[in-house]
Amino acid sequence: MDFTLSPEILQMKAAVRDFITHEVEPAARRIEEEDQVPDSLIEASRALGLFGISIPEEYGGLGLSMVDKCAIFEELGQTINGYTTILGAHNGIGSVGIVTFGSPEQKSRYLPRMASGEWVGAFALTEPEAGSNAAAIRTTATKKGTRYVLNGQKIYITNAPEAHVFTVMAVTDPYRGAKGITSFIVEKTFPGFRVGTVEKKMGLHGSHTAQLYFEDLEVPEENVLGQEGEGYVNALKILANGRAGLAARALGSCQYLLDRSTRYALERQQFEKPIFEQQIIQHYLAEMATEIETLRWMTYRVAWMADQGANVIKEAAMLKLYGSEVYNRVADKAVQIHGGIGYIADYPIERFYRDARITRIYEGTSEIQKNIIAAQLKKEYAE
Amino acid sequence: MKILVLVKQVPDTATKIRLNPGDTAIQTDGIKWVINPYDEFAIEECLRLKEKAGGEVVVLSLGPSRVEEAIRQALAMGADRAIHVMTDAVIDSQVAARALAKVAQEEGYDLIVTGKQAVDDDQAQVGALVAVELGLPQVTVVIELNVDVESRRIRAERELEGASEIVELPMPAVITAQRGLNEPRYPTLPNIMKAKKKEVKSVPLDSLGVDTTPWVRVEELTLPPERPAAKILTGEPEEAAKELARLLHEEAKVI
Repeated sequence: MDFTLSPEILQMKAAVRDFITHEVEPAARRIEEEDQVPDSLIEASRALGLFGISIPEEYGGLGLSMVDKCAIFEELGQTINGYTTILGAHNGIGSVGIVTFGSPEQKSRYLPRMASGEWVGAFALTEPEAGSNAAAIRTTATKKGTRYVLNGQKIYITNAPEAHVFTVMAVTDPYRGAKGITSFIVEKTFPGFRVGTVEKKMGLHGSHTAQLYFEDLEVPEENVLGQEGEGYVNALKILANGRAGLAARALGSCQYLLDRSTRYALERQQFEKPIFEQQIIQHYLAEMATEIETLRWMTYRVAWMADQGANVIKEAAMLKLYGSEVYNRVADKAVQIHGGIGYIADYPIERFYRDARITRIYEGTSEIQKNIIAAQLKKEYAE
Repeated sequence: MKILVLVKQVPDTATKIRLNPGDTAIQTDGIKWVINPYDEFAIEECLRLKEKAGGEVVVLSLGPSRVEEAIRQALAMGADRAIHVMTDAVIDSQVAARALAKVAQEEGYDLIVTGKQAVDDDQAQVGALVAVELGLPQVTVVIELNVDVESRRIRAERELEGASEIVELPMPAVITAQRGLNEPRYPTLPNIMKAKKKEVKSVPLDSLGVDTTPWVRVEELTLPPERPAAKILTGEPEEAAKELARLLHEEAKVI
């Protein structure tokens, strides 16, 4: 087994690290308070190539394997999660559908502009009555000549105000249930497309989530992504693919929190000695470090399996579940070790604590991940 | 226009320098290696010249195999290809200059650019010595550079103590870069991928046929003495100011 990353990936990680230190971190407070990533930072991120992480080299992206992508995402996880969520949603669920299921024409129209970051991507599945039960979506797509006409509403769509390209799930055959769902590539400029108000959130400031309204939204038939009726399966595959990247970002955040907490514990004096000397603090840190290390190898193992072309539905669900839960436990301990200052907004720990909470909910709740794992187990053992 | 840029790999400037008794070189295990910061200004200037005038930027480095990391970084910034003069030997500025000049001669050039000094041993010799070896005009400590490709003339502003001077010289020439010349770019992720496919030619030092006997040998290395703790003056401002003036005059001897 060889766990070494290639020299190029190490170089990329160093470049991202540098960028975070000099460009992102100095803007973090402002992003948090204004709930807005400055245009200049988005522009600099484009120039660095951060929008092309998932896109093949022939379309102007980096053409990275899943292992390499996770290495970059782990690095990105070390800074303000709202900023990295924009990149995560674009490089994950926002573009992976077109990369995986797109026709050559669709790929050449969308991917180069998405790789450069000129066009930001988003993924639109969730509806008011279809969250965890994603197959219950009600947005309809009716074929009229060479077009489909979409009507309905989506909620909690990350990147909605910034995105140009949306992978949208809609029902083309209401009598076939999950098999009657089709995926479409929708551009924000298509007539009948509207973005609703931006939600105010507990965390992930800088990343925006909003509703989408489709009122007789016209989509040309060449924008059907994959086959008609395969939208639900596509969505599950896109989400499974996104899970490794999500866990890798959580991993980076956990590592950041461990670094900060350990340094703080060594410096902070109480009872005439560093609090690190208290065995309870040592145990907290040891538990954090052990869980982070477990998450690290789980992340890279699942990514490696995906690179081998293996079916990772079960493993990706385990990773999403474990990564989110570990991030929340680590963030909780980080606040506890920091004490009062961990609760103060002048210091980044409380921000990570709030940002961690959504990971147990979005892109499939922890509970749904357990359902997926159990369903796979049943399949394995019942057959 | 063909530009050679001489790049040295040095310990990161934040490195905590460690020495064992009797060492004639610093302990290198666990050190993070980077491109000499002054060479980064040199690389950036070469890339800008190439963007304006066309041509090619060739990185020329000397040292053990770890130096390839610095070379890849220079290629990721945008240099076209590289030559790595490979040696594990401890060499002095003179040997380095001879070797680099020899390779430059074989390679051909319109311009040779490097940092004004390397931040590891701070000798500030190699750029100048390369010019001597090749019999070229040189301008050092440059903070502004204008190259007229048509007339093959260079106009450079160089920093002096408390002043600056403008010099003109013909091409080819050797130029050494000072901080302030430009703001070096980040290597972008796509350029890091592209750099992977760029040519790095490895040339053993011994194959160059240059005399590798050093002129300078390090006898001994010692760490600078620990800085004494700061003195804090208390009391009435008038008294403290008097005491400060006395200390500056009698102890620090700066006024």
